[in-house]
Order: sequence, then structure tokens, then C-alpha cells
Amino acid sequence: MRYLPLTDADRAEMLEMIGVDSVDALFEDVPQTARLDGPVDLPRHKSEMEVERLLTQISRKNIAASEAPFFVGAGAYKHHIPSSVDHLIQRSEYLTSYTPYQPEISQGTLQTLFEFQTQVALLTGMEVANASMYDGSTACGEAVLMACRITKRRKAILSGNLHPHYAAATHTLAKYMDIEIKDDAAKPGGLDDIAADIPDDVACVVVQNPDVFGQVHDLEPIAKAAHEKGALLIAVFTEAVSLGLMKTPGAMGADIVVGEGQSIGVGLQFGGPHVGLFACRNDRNYIRNLPGRLAGETVDADGRRGFVLTLSTREQHIRRDKATSNICTNSGLMTLAWTIHMSLLGDTGLRTMAQLSHEKACELADRLSAISGVELVTDAFFNEFTLRLPKNAADVVEALAEKGVLGGVPASRLYPGKGYDDLLIVAATETNTDSDLDAFEAALKEVL
Amino acid sequence: MAMNTQGRPSAPLHTPDPGAYDDTFSGSRGLDQAEPLIFERQTYDKTGVDFETPKGTKSRLGALERTEDLGLPGLSEPEAMRHYVRLSRKNYAIDIGLYPLGSCTMKHNPRLNEKMARLPGFSDVHPLQPQSTVQGAFELIGELAHWLMTLTNMPTVAMSPKAGAHGELCGMMAIRAALDARGESHRRRVLVPESAHGTNPATAVQCGFFCDEIPAGPDGRVDMEAFKAKLGDDVAAIMLTNPNTCGLFERDIRAIADAIHEAGGYFYCDGANFNAISGRVRPGDLGVDAMHFNLHKTYSTPHGGGGPGAGPTVLSEALAKFAPLPFVIKEGDSWRMVEDEADARAQGAQPFGRMVAFHGQMGMFTRAMSYMLSHGADGLKQASEDAVLNANYILARLKDVMTPSFDGLCMHEALFDDRFLKDTGVTTLDFAKAMIDEGYHPMTMYFPLVVHGAMLIEPTESESKASVDRFCDTLEALAHAAKAGETERFTAAPRFAPAKRLDETRAARQPVLRWTPAASEA
Repeated sequence: MRYLPLTDADRAEMLEMIGVDSVDALFEDVPQTARLDGPVDLPRHKSEMEVERLLTQISRKNIAASEAPFFVGAGAYKHHIPSSVDHLIQRSEYLTSYTPYQPEISQGTLQTLFEFQTQVALLTGMEVANASMYDGSTACGEAVLMACRITKRRKAILSGNLHPHYAAATHTLAKYMDIEIKDDAAKPGGLDDIAADIPDDVACVVVQNPDVFGQVHDLEPIAKAAHEKGALLIAVFTEAVSLGLMKTPGAMGADIVVGEGQSIGVGLQFGGPHVGLFACRNDRNYIRNLPGRLAGETVDADGRRGFVLTLSTREQHIRRDKATSNICTNSGLMTLAWTIHMSLLGDTGLRTMAQLSHEKACELADRLSAISGVELVTDAFFNEFTLRLPKNAADVVEALAEKGVLGGVPASRLYPGKGYDDLLIVAATETNTDSDLDAFEAALKEVL
Repeated sequence: MAMNTQGRPSAPLHTPDPGAYDDTFSGSRGLDQAEPLIFERQTYDKTGVDFETPKGTKSRLGALERTEDLGLPGLSEPEAMRHYVRLSRKNYAIDIGLYPLGSCTMKHNPRLNEKMARLPGFSDVHPLQPQSTVQGAFELIGELAHWLMTLTNMPTVAMSPKAGAHGELCGMMAIRAALDARGESHRRRVLVPESAHGTNPATAVQCGFFCDEIPAGPDGRVDMEAFKAKLGDDVAAIMLTNPNTCGLFERDIRAIADAIHEAGGYFYCDGANFNAISGRVRPGDLGVDAMHFNLHKTYSTPHGGGGPGAGPTVLSEALAKFAPLPFVIKEGDSWRMVEDEADARAQGAQPFGRMVAFHGQMGMFTRAMSYMLSHGADGLKQASEDAVLNANYILARLKDVMTPSFDGLCMHEALFDDRFLKDTGVTTLDFAKAMIDEGYHPMTMYFPLVVHGAMLIEPTESESKASVDRFCDTLEALAHAAKAGETERFTAAPRFAPAKRLDETRAARQPVLRWTPAASEA
């Protein structure tokens, strides 16, 4: 077996040194009834060639985003990733290292985390950020729990235009924590009036921008209304590239900002691994209640600058049942991919990428909504918009796929049984060419 | 004297005085390059990514368009390559040497897995594409699920948890849901051995439970009498790691399972140490109700400097129907992803909720599948046996120079404590830092908490005998040096790492969590 270095001669010699006569003796503590006679009922080992053949066959049953005019978004977006990103994250020193608990031999990972935290803070317009969460949806749930700890209140209000998977993940995380969560009704093309009636005992209001239908919002009035009631505003984004063109949530008054970082450096990955971004105010009460890892600056015994994981007294391996969260990993390698891509982009590249995505979406929205019977529901958007179709959107998406166009997400897939059967959520990015737009327009005309 | 082909001497002409010129002008030290932060280069007008020129269409964002810059520096590709390659060289990694972190299973990461995960049909697929266009993705998830269920002899596996701790949450929430469905919501007490990973109590609390600690017996295993005394009708579950964090198989595991079931509770098994028994022992045969896998440990998906993980969680018959959304099912020849509550209920399920957006860590599933197919049933069994053999060999070789915490054999990791360092002035931490100078990553230190100054060594099956021998020779030599009074070899360590010991107290007392222009000027 190519991955196992011990030879039979080694094994015999080692057993002798240990003083037992067979490897079975090493498993003597296993109850007799649970000992298997032989290997489990699965196939025997395979060569590299065989595995490659088998998995390639399975992969070919999927249509890759790069194989078709592609306009699917709703929480994950296809953007260009420079080749150097994937090369760098496959360097052994990053790929095959553990959590940087031994800082003297982990400065590579620690410095990149410190740079990552700084970039996330700058991108969101916030003061500090952690070293990432599993993904945007779990970051959202953790932010709600954090807001409850900070305000010592037990209620949260979720905007109805928050991605339903984010709302569901938040409900799950809060389910047994004695936290009451209220969901506003969704309002495609607008926003539920979340600021109107915030009760005095609410810890936070959670608003996504651009929302799940693509509509963009001014968060400032919501922040103001929340703050008047002593509640926090948690701003959520699922498209990090939108921040290349839009006002930051920090500038609009958000207290905690969470989002999905997948569109920078990570790729689609069929939904995971992605990378959750988590930023907040630099206030002692906030920092003390932050979930997840933090890298911090310090000096070594020679006085040279170095970085360590810090404030671990919040974390489960120290505080156990009093920890801020049970989370024990970050999205390590994905934070690296994110930070490398962001370092290549800089302000200039990020703005261009965002501008191109916005322009393509605007052009596409104009062209598709000019088709008879099609109506644009979202009047202000970044790179994603919602159309009302004269037919069932799920059927239209299937029919488009048969014509070789991956044309968006039917809103009914995210909001089953809510009467959104005619709504289609469409995303465009800088990767879409003019001929992609032509193909989508032509196919939609044929299908309707 | 050795000579090269030009006839110049290739060995040093003289040995410099120790201590002279131990600094450099650049701050670099040969191959160890000093590398500033990207923010300290003032490259704010640069980018390393070329795009087509935007048409300049007027934005439709109105007042929501940002006018000021964010302050994100950009690097050209050569600058970026150099920055990240230089930083990478300051990291230790499995590919560099033995990485004996107990409980972390730092095994070899086959590169075939990386190649398979990057097939466009897996990596470049959107989670919300029409289901007819992702049949291969569902098939892969279904196939991996089959392997995981077969290896554990369990009827269901929830695939979406994102990491081990997330899998714990999945299992404990299923337990909570089952108790609620039984009308026994009053059961809130969870028994957790004192040797447990910190995630266990943290997870229990997130499910609305509270923890009651079970002491370890003198043999490093659950104290059966103490455990039985804690059973009662308010007990929800026991969370037990097996093999446990002392590297020992819980001999009484069947009795523990029977007792907790008889008391009306469930058995959560922390699967962090499954590498010791994968392919050899099936948790379903031990009476387990829920167990998470760490695909990044047992099935070699790379640790990546701290993540991403993946924590599929197997569930027993009693818990199966409470598994979270979404899940794949096979209908005739095609696969389908069940994504919403109504659909799930139509399938007879009562999911406790959804844990994440989308469907879980697909990129980790492909890697784990590639690993498992490569090993097969025979190779997985052999891998566990070799992991256990390597650990026992280390225990046998070092038992006379270091102090094993418990008598007898171990499973896949060997636990020592600091009694052999008594009166040497060397602590477990010092000993670990001296290992860095010797070219090794330290073992897990000060965990588990049940012994003093713990040193937990997990070699995994990836090490050859020669590698394990060199490692043991080194530890032996260090132990002798400590006992011989070479204290400074330890207290001044590491001397040869990219950084000396770092001031963690300062980092925590005066937190600097990001770069700021002011800090840079100061």
C-alpha cells in the first residue's frame, strides 16, 4: 500500500520490541463481541490510476460552471481566481501544517492570519476581525449569540430578506440556547420594515445587504433605530465582491458584520469549504465575547515582532463549558486563499472586479426584462437581481439547463411554499462574456 | 580538505568566533527571510490581477456607492509569490517531518486527493445548480456516506457538519431532539469524563445541557463506579472519546453503553481518535448512538494550518430520523437532495433543523473518498494497525527514560507525564520547545488534564520505522540531557527556529489584532 511505509519485517521487529506476538494483542482491550474476523465489507485498495479513473467518471456527471453560460448565485458566486492562489495554498508548509499553537515554527500561518484579519476589517469598515468561521451562515448564527452575550438580552429579529439558509442555521444554533428569534416576512424588491418596531428587549437585528433577492439597502436608518433601543445591528453579506463598490457596513453603522468570503479566492466547491468572515467594533465587551480564533501581534525573546494566537481564554480548549463557542477550527486554508487573492487585487483590482460584475448584471437585467412577460423586481442591485417570469421559475431553470444555460436559482428553492414560484434570482460576474449574455437571452426567449 | 571542481576549497577556511556577527543588516538570516506585512509596502495603487476595461456604465447603486478607498494594498504577482513563499518557510509541516501532535492525527496528505478535489466537476460546481446537473456530486456524497456507515455499522450519517465540533453539535442536537420527542426534555445532565476534549462540554452547553464530570480511574479509563453513581432520570447522555484522550481503549465500553441506555440516556462518542480503530472496530457494535468523524484526521484531508475540517456524524436507529437537513436520497437511478422540512417529513424524517448554508464540505468529501478508495477495506485496517503499532513502539522504546502515565499498552497515541523531569528545572513546555531545535514539532502538551505535565505522542501510520527510531533516539537524548543538568538547552529553546519564544502574555494583555497605520509609524 503506497501510503504505508512499514514493511512486514519492520512490523515483526517492532512487535518483538514491544513484547507481544501479534498485532491483535495490541487490541486486547476491545470487547470480544466487537472484534471483526476480517476487513469490513468494502472494496480492497486501489491504485492511483484506478481511483483517478473512478472519480473522474463521477465528476463528469456534473456540469461544471465553466462549461456553460453561468448565472447562479444566491449565496455563492463564480469569480475569476488567479492561478497563483491555488499554487500557493498547495505549498506543503501551508497545506500540511496544524493550527499554529507553536508560534516559533508557525509564523507563516500566523502572519497571514494577522494580515487576513486586517484585510477583513478594512473591507467591512470595521475595527477588528477574527481569523474566520466555517462559512457565512454559521458566522451569522454565532454573531446573534454574541450579540445576546454583549447586550445580555435573549431576542433577535431576522430580516425576511436574509438568505433562508442563514436564517435556518441561526435558528438551529440558537434553538436550545433560550433565545427567541423572530423572522420578518420576506419582501422581494423591497425590505421588511425591520426598523419600525424594534422592542426594547431585542439584542440585535440582522439584515443582509445586498439581500437574497439582490436588492441593496441603506443600513443607516436601521442602525439608528436599533441603537435607540440598545440593540445591535448585524450586517450580513453573501457576496464579498459587492464591498468593492458599495459603502461599507461599518460606515453605515453596523456593530457586527458577518459574511461569506467564498467569492474571493475560494471558488464554488459545491458549497464547501467556504470561509466565514466576522468583524466587529474594537470594544472590550465585544472582543471578550468574540467566537473563533484570533491572531495577535507580540514580540519574541529577542524583541523581534512576531504573532501568536491570542485571547484563548474565550475558547473551548481553555474555558470548556464556559467558552464563547464550541468552535475549534477556523477555515484555515480558505482564509489563506482569500488573503492571497485579496493581496493581489488590492483596492484597485477589487473595484474593477466589482465594477465589471455590476455592469454585466445591469446589462443582463435590462436585456432579460425587455423580454415580453418578464419583469425586473429589484430596482437597485449590485450583481444579482430578481425577475418575475410568466412561468414557474423552477421549470424555466430546468428548461434552460437542457439548453445548456445555468440560469439562476428559483426563489421557491429557498422559500418553498411561500408563493414565489414565478421569481428567478440571477447573478452575473466579471467571468460572464458577451456571448454568455447572448446565450441566456436567446434561451430564455425560447423557453418562455 | 574538500575541493570543488574550480579548485577552491569548499569547506570553511576558519571557524568564526561564536557570538561574533550573530546579527545581519537586513534582518534576514540566510534562507530565513525577514518579511514585512503587506500593509507596510505602501502599494496602494497597484494590482496583480488584470481585467478587461469596464465600460464605465453609471452605477445603479446611487448613494450606496462608496467614494473613498478601503486602504487595501495590492501586490503584483511576483511580489505576492515571494511574500507568501517566504512566509511559508517559517512553518513546520507534515511534509517536513514527524508531527506527533496527540489527538490531532497528523498523517500524510496524499496529493492524489488534491488532484481529485480539483476536478472541475467537483470544485467548479454551484450548490444550487439544478439537481439534474449535479448527479455526480450527490453520488459522491452517497458513496462516501455508504463507506462511513459501513465502517461504523450505523444506519445513518449526517454529512453537512463543517468540522468535528460541528459534528458534536449535530449529534448532541439529535439527542436533544429525541429526548424532546420522547417528552423527556427534563433530561439536561450530560456526563463528560474529565479527560474529554474541551469541545465536548462547550457543545453540550450549546444544546442547553449542563455537564457533570466523571473522574478517571487509576488506569486512565472511566471510573465505572463513579459513572454508575451519576446515572439518574435527569441524565441525557454521556460524551465519551474512544479510544480516550489518554490513548487507551475503554475496556468497559459495552457496559457503559448498556448502563446509559438503561438509564434512558444516549451515548455520544467523540470520534477524534477513530484512526486507531477505523476498519477494525465498528462503533455501532459498541452501542454508540452518535459519533462524528474528523475527515481531516482519520481520512487525511489536509489540516491547512487550522482548517477547514469536515465532521460527518453517524446516528443510531434511535436518532436517525432527527438528522439535520439537507440529505441525499436515491430514487430509482437518480439522486435527489432533500432540502426542506416538508419534503423531509414526507420521507418520514423529523430533522432538528439546518446547520449550514448548502450541503457541507464537498471539497473535503472528495479528498476523503479518494483516500478511502485508495486504501480500501484492507488498507484502512492496516493503517489503523500501523498507527497503533508505531505508538506502542514509541511507548516501549521510551518507557525507561520518560514516564508513561499508565501501565500496559496504548492505542494510537502514547501518553507520558513530567515525572521524569522532576528536579531538573525543565518543564514539559521547555522539553517541547527543545524538540523544535531538534527539528520536530512538539507533541500535544498539558492535555489531557488528568496527568501532570502531559505529553501526548501520536505518530500515525505515516512514519517509517527509521523515522520513529530517529525520533525516539532524539527524545532519549533530550531526556538524558535534562537529567544531566543541561537546563539551558531547554529553557533557552528554541534557539534555531524562525522566532524565539513569543510573549503571549503581552499579546493577551495589550491585544493588537490588526495592523494600523499609527502602530506602524510608532
